[in-house]
Amino acid sequence: MALLEVDNLAVDIPLSDGVLHAVSGVSFSLERGETLAIVGESGSGKSMTSLALMNLLPKRAVRRADRLLFDGIDLVTAPEARMRALRGNRMAMIFQEPMTSLNPSYTIGNQLGEALRCHRPVAPAAARDRAVQLLEKVGIPAAARRLNQYPHQLSGGLRQRVMIAMALMCGPDLIIADEPTTALDVTIQAQILHLLADLKKEFGMAMILISHDLGVVARVADKVAVMYAGRVVESAGAQSLFRSPRHPYTRGLLNCIPVPGRTAPGSPLGAIPGQLPNLIGPQHGCAFRERCAFAAPECAGDIPLVVTEPGHLARCVRIDALEAAA
Amino acid sequence: MLSFTSQRLAVALSVALTVSIVAFLLLHLSGDLATAIAGPEATAAQIAEIRHQFGLDRPMTLQYLDWLWRALHFDFGNSFYYRDTVTSLVASRMPVTMTLGAISLMLALVIAIPLGVLAAVYSGTIVDRLALGFCVLGQAVPAFCLGLGLIIVFAVHLHWLPVSGTASWKNYIMPSVALGWYAVPAVMRLSRNGMLEVLSSDYIRTARAKGLRPTVVILKHALRNAIIPVVALAAVQFGFMLGGSIVIEAVFNMQGLGYLAWEAIARNDFPVVQAVVLILAVIYVALTFLADVANAFLDPRIRLA
Repeated sequence: MALLEVDNLAVDIPLSDGVLHAVSGVSFSLERGETLAIVGESGSGKSMTSLALMNLLPKRAVRRADRLLFDGIDLVTAPEARMRALRGNRMAMIFQEPMTSLNPSYTIGNQLGEALRCHRPVAPAAARDRAVQLLEKVGIPAAARRLNQYPHQLSGGLRQRVMIAMALMCGPDLIIADEPTTALDVTIQAQILHLLADLKKEFGMAMILISHDLGVVARVADKVAVMYAGRVVESAGAQSLFRSPRHPYTRGLLNCIPVPGRTAPGSPLGAIPGQLPNLIGPQHGCAFRERCAFAAPECAGDIPLVVTEPGHLARCVRIDALEAAA
Repeated sequence: MLSFTSQRLAVALSVALTVSIVAFLLLHLSGDLATAIAGPEATAAQIAEIRHQFGLDRPMTLQYLDWLWRALHFDFGNSFYYRDTVTSLVASRMPVTMTLGAISLMLALVIAIPLGVLAAVYSGTIVDRLALGFCVLGQAVPAFCLGLGLIIVFAVHLHWLPVSGTASWKNYIMPSVALGWYAVPAVMRLSRNGMLEVLSSDYIRTARAKGLRPTVVILKHALRNAIIPVVALAAVQFGFMLGGSIVIEAVFNMQGLGYLAWEAIARNDFPVVQAVVLILAVIYVALTFLADVANAFLDPRIRLA
């Protein structure tokens, strides 16, 4: 049985001028030890998807799903107390902003220890030992001394390592990393990614990596889901997706990445013209058609997910035209 | 922490010094002191005699330094009206005002902070609107009106509480409510806004993602950060209350510092006015300093900067 099964997940946010369809029809499954990358630009609904899994959505947001199973537990009907017992314990989250995601008023040791002690009846000293052990594991030098420091005394890279250690305190089965490297320097980004990949292997966790950066994703993901305007437009194994992208949007994203050897110095990088459509109100047809070079009249109709090869799905009716052009 | 504290202390001392100059000048700008002391029937010779006797013919700077030196030794001279030293007058009145101020502030904080937290946690709901209504009511009703209203209801009609005086703890209930009422809206609004801001911050999301109970999230992670500006406001409000107690002490006929100031102003008893102004100002400065230190204690970013 898959560790996580998501079927037809939707998140609606009622606003004064209509309902914002932040996420619609998102389905995927995740096995233990697997890394799924959810890719998309800002506002594509990837963070909302991860918050929906944790049931940490903003108050006004409404979550719906045909199925939301975590290790056999139905998350749709789970009461808040049950969710609370899972959060941070069996499913943990690493956030995008290490600079602001730690409480400025408490020491690192306090915040790390709390993560363990709210789920396990352990003594403060044991929680402290666990914290030191994990801080060392995530590569923080002089770990024991760090416990008495406050977040503002640490750099962004160190804080993100602390966040990762905090997510690991209870030894979760699933770790959701929401743009864990976006706020960091490029050199630190690579370190954090390697760390996450190593830790995932060592602890046998499943991981959902949320990113807008396909370059980041290519290095660590087993599976990739590309999101656009709240929907998954293409999902496949990482190799298959990078080798033969089937959706014009995925192609556009891949064209944005400079390739060593192929992209000449000074030549313009790819860009996708236009911007995300307005997601307020009823949505019809392919959301990408306004920006798509292959758009045709049928793109305004219903767009089913097409299986292009086993395990590779694309939400596009113009795949043939795309293939012919390539 | 040490450099922060000494820095703040230096600021506090310079403010206190400035206030002392103003308080000193206050006495001299309000007319010729020798004439005032001598009274309306005094001859020119008597006035000159008094001027010399009180040292009022010396240069202003010398008079100020002399006055400051004595003020630092708690010697503010004699009251023009009472046959007593200003110091012993103030000392006998101080406990009433301080007790009143402290109870009022406690009362205000105990009501305003939980109300602010509730309003923030349940923002946009009926709880929030009720708290806001309560707050508007607090701002709209002046303290002396509330004081008189309380007297009519609880003392005159119900006979539950004494009308005035300072005889027992019961005498402090109505004045404290009337005085503390004044601080509730400001403290509540600041707690509510602070909580709203903190509750939407990233570290609160982190705390929830850890699986902490809502009470732990709100009380440990949110309130601790939201309360920091409230501490500074509370100190300022306490200062306002010491000032506001002039009215409340008059309404409830309490023999406190405020009542003394009121009497002294009415009787041109300048040394007393001067002393009260200086003492209240120094208390205010000291409170602000203590609030800074308390802030540093609460916020490690200040403490360890």
